[in-house]
Order: sequence, then C-alpha cells, then structure tokens
Amino acid sequence: MRNLERRATLSAWIFLTPALLLITVFFFLPILAALLLSFTDFDIYALGDLDRLRFVGFGNYQQLLQSPLFWTALGNTVYFVIVGGPLSVMLSLSAALLVNAPLTRFPGFFRTAFFLPVVTTLVAVAVVWRYLYHPHYGLLNYALSRFGIAPVDWLGDPNWAMPAIILMAVWKNFGFNMIIFIAGLQSIPTPLYEAARIDGASAWRQFRYITLPLLGPTFLFVALMTMIGYFQVFAEPYVMTQGGPVNRTLSVVLLMYEEGFRWWNMGYASAAAFVLFMLILAGTLLSLTLRRRGSS
Amino acid sequence: MNRWVPHLFSLLSYSLLSIGLLLTLTPLLWMMAASLMPSGEANSYPPHLWPSRVTFEHYLALFTRLDLARYLFNSTLLASAVTVISLLINSMAGYAFAKFRFRGRDHLFRGLLAALVIPAQVAMLPLFLLLKQFGLINTYWGVIIPGMANIFGIFLIRQYLLAIPDSLLDAARMDGASELRIYWSLVLPLCRPILVTLAIFTFMGAWNDFMWPLIVLTDSSLYTLPVALANLLGEHVQDTELMMAGSVLTVLPVMLLFVALQRYYIAGIMLGGMKG
Repeated sequence: MRNLERRATLSAWIFLTPALLLITVFFFLPILAALLLSFTDFDIYALGDLDRLRFVGFGNYQQLLQSPLFWTALGNTVYFVIVGGPLSVMLSLSAALLVNAPLTRFPGFFRTAFFLPVVTTLVAVAVVWRYLYHPHYGLLNYALSRFGIAPVDWLGDPNWAMPAIILMAVWKNFGFNMIIFIAGLQSIPTPLYEAARIDGASAWRQFRYITLPLLGPTFLFVALMTMIGYFQVFAEPYVMTQGGPVNRTLSVVLLMYEEGFRWWNMGYASAAAFVLFMLILAGTLLSLTLRRRGSS
Repeated sequence: MNRWVPHLFSLLSYSLLSIGLLLTLTPLLWMMAASLMPSGEANSYPPHLWPSRVTFEHYLALFTRLDLARYLFNSTLLASAVTVISLLINSMAGYAFAKFRFRGRDHLFRGLLAALVIPAQVAMLPLFLLLKQFGLINTYWGVIIPGMANIFGIFLIRQYLLAIPDSLLDAARMDGASELRIYWSLVLPLCRPILVTLAIFTFMGAWNDFMWPLIVLTDSSLYTLPVALANLLGEHVQDTELMMAGSVLTVLPVMLLFVALQRYYIAGIMLGGMKG
C-alpha cells in the first residue's frame, strides 16, 4: 500500500514539474524580483552595469506618491474601473436577461452576435473606434447629429476622452460576462419560477426574489473579474490616445510601460506596478468580505 | 392581468435586442466596408456606410508594400506554438491535480489559484531582464516562453478531469500500463473536448496579446499582427481604408475560428465561470 502511495506521489510530481517549474521561473520569481526591484534605483545605467544598482528603500514609493503624474494615472485608472466596471456588468446582465428570456426567439443568434466583439483583437478594434470617434468623419458624431447633437471631439477633448475609451471597452467585453450570466440564469431551477407563478408573483417580484438572490455568486464573480481586468487597462489608451489629451487617459499600466520600457526607470516602474497590485488585492479582499457578510 | 402585457413585453425586449445588435455590429461591419472603399471615401461627410466601388487595393498594398504576410506568419506561428506547448504542459499538471493524491496537493492548488489575482504586468519588468540574460529578447522564444504554462489552463483541465471516474484509470493500471502511457493514450483522449476549448482560448489569447510582444519584439520582421498594426497606425493614420484592411486581417482569423468552434468556446467560459 505504501508503495502504491509513493508511486502515485512520484508520478504526480513528474507530471507537475514542467508546469510548476515554468510558472515559478517565469511568473513567481519575477513577481518577487519586481518587489525587490521596486526598492532599488534600477535605471538605464544599471541596465548596462549592475554595479550601478543601489538600494533606495521606499524611495520609489515616496517619489510615486509625490508625483502628480502618478496620481493622475491612478485617478484615471480608478475612473475607468468605477465607471466602466459597473456599466459593463449592468449591460452584461441586461443582455443576458433579454437573450435568455423564454419569449426571445433565436437566442443563439443574439448570443453569438453580442459575443463577437469579445473575440476580436483589442488593438484592431481600438484602431476602428479611433475612426468612429473622428470629430468630422466619424460615424458616431454623424449618428448623433441626426438627433441634433453637436459634434464632440471624443478623443481630443480632455473631458470626453476617458468616457470614449470606457464606451469602447464596454462594447468590447460585455459579451463575455453576458455568457457567464446566461449560465448562471440557466442554473436556477425552473420549479422555483413555476411555484412563484402559482402563488401569483409578478415578473418583477420573481426577478427580485428568485433571480437576483440566486444570481448573487455569479454576480460577485463577474464583478470581481471585471474589476481585476479593468485595473490593467493599457492597449485602449496606448492605441487610441497615447494617454492624452493632457494625460487624461494615462493609466497606471501605461505609465509603468512608459517609465519601465521607454525610459528604463525599472525600479520606479516596478513600484508603480506594485501599487496597482495592492489596489487590486484590496479590491478583491473587499468584495470577498462583502460576499461573506452577504451570505451569513 | 391584461393579455396584452406579454406582447408589450416582447415588443420592448425585441426593440432593445435590435438596438443592441445594431450597436454591437456596426463597428465591425463598418470596418469591413471601409476596408473595401477607394482611398479617401472613408473620410467623407456624410459618412458612407457602403463602398461606392469595391476595391481590394488596400489589401494588396498591405501584402505587397507593407509586409503583412510576414506578420500573419509570425502571429500564426507564435499563437500555434504557445497553444501546442501549453496544452501539453497544462494538461499534465491538471491531470496530476485531479487524479493523484499527494501531500500538499490542495494547498499547492489553492496557492496557484490565489496567484490569479496578481496582474501579469507586475512580472513583466523582471521577466524582461531575465530573458535579456538568456539572450531571448527580440526572439520568438521570448514571446512563447512566458505563455508555456498557465494557471487558468491547469484549473480548467483539473475541473474537467474531476468529473471522470477513477475506475477507468485504475483498470488501466491493473493492466500494467505505465503512468505516461495512461496519460497519453487514456487521459488525453478523454480530455478532448476541454483540450479543444483550451486550445481556442490559448490561441486567441496569444493572437490578440499586445503588451508582451510589444515589449519583447523590437525587430519589425518579428512583429505580430497587433504590434504591426499599432506601429502602422503611426505612419498611416490618414489612410483610413488601409488601416481598416489591416484591422480586418488581424480580426478575421480569430473571428472565423470562434464562429466555427463557438460551442467549445462558450462551454469553456461556463465551466471556468461557474466553478470560480
């Protein structure tokens, strides 16, 4: 018996080794290294000669917190998450409810259509949306003009650039969460609705007292994943605005990219990445606490 | 209750669905239409929704003047390599987590899952330095290596295999089959549906990936389509029709892949979403 157990353990580790080795060397170690890097002044000189590297303690973090540009990037990122996240989740839920409604015919068609933007390449559709947002020739302003709305310089106006990017991002990914919501809706046992109907509950009350509570875990999962993803916004501003106008769409990851890979301030950029990580972690723990409190 | 209420309901719901459909598909349809317009037509007012004359000159220009075949090749090669290698490595690990009992298994697995909240960008700076040490910056391997193992992939395989009874594997063991043989000729075929799902996920993820290839690849002959497209935008931002043709060529392969295999794709999201 012991022999069998030993054989199982040995086999398991043989199967696990390639994956664990790769994940450790190319993910966990770099994470640890990023933490260490964030306490150094690693820059373009250190890149050439490691003797130039100095330990600076919390210097990078102090510098970050004193940098107006970092606060701008942080503010923009939080704006993107707080406005875009809920908007995307709400739209996903609405689409899921409509597509999944018993009266809707051809649900498969609608599902596929709403899902198409998800599988597209972000860079390519960001390029497309750049043209849709064109102040003179863009389709969006033309459509709005039919309703008597004056043209907006979507990506050039400091106040509209971020909403424009959010709109594009929501268009791109609401279909993903819609699928998860549809799965959640379909896992709710139909007898519950039948019983409610026999008791004379209205459609609204069925939604409020059956659908919403039973969808709770799905909702939390979707909200959490969306938040984590939205905190990492990069390609949209990179392609559509390069962080402009006047840095109003500069995100933390874009700032990290610029500092780290354009100016080679890798210590400073690592610190920025870690602040972002801490924010994501805090958001995750917060929502998990809310779930625990909600279910108890 | 009034008997007209359901009709009103469905009228409202179809109106909303139609508006949604219009908003969802317009950007994609316009992209395709504009890519076929003669130069300059996409920048006219009022905007044209349909080409006045269909032309393939922009596609031709992309292939003849702008080396698009090269990027198409790079993207296909890199996405395929990442898919094949990661499928093998993830399925081995997923199998080990699902079907073997060993000390520390559950802690290890939970630890890996917890790491999913760590944004990949945090690792990118040291990863760049590490690959630079190995001389892998500006090579295909620099793009492939970080994608070779993937926590979500391991998770997906494990979830799938948990539902498969151990008795099948035990029977093979009784017959004296080696563990490697069991994995290769029993477990892998059993996993086929989830492997297809994971293959689509991985291929699309690698195809659409932007930030890491942008960092690693400096030589334009190694660019993937998204990196090339972003680069092209810098010089050809005025050539709307050309940029749209480039976008179509970038998007179309993965879109067709999805439409052909969407059953597997959607099943995968549901498996990942429900168990998460």
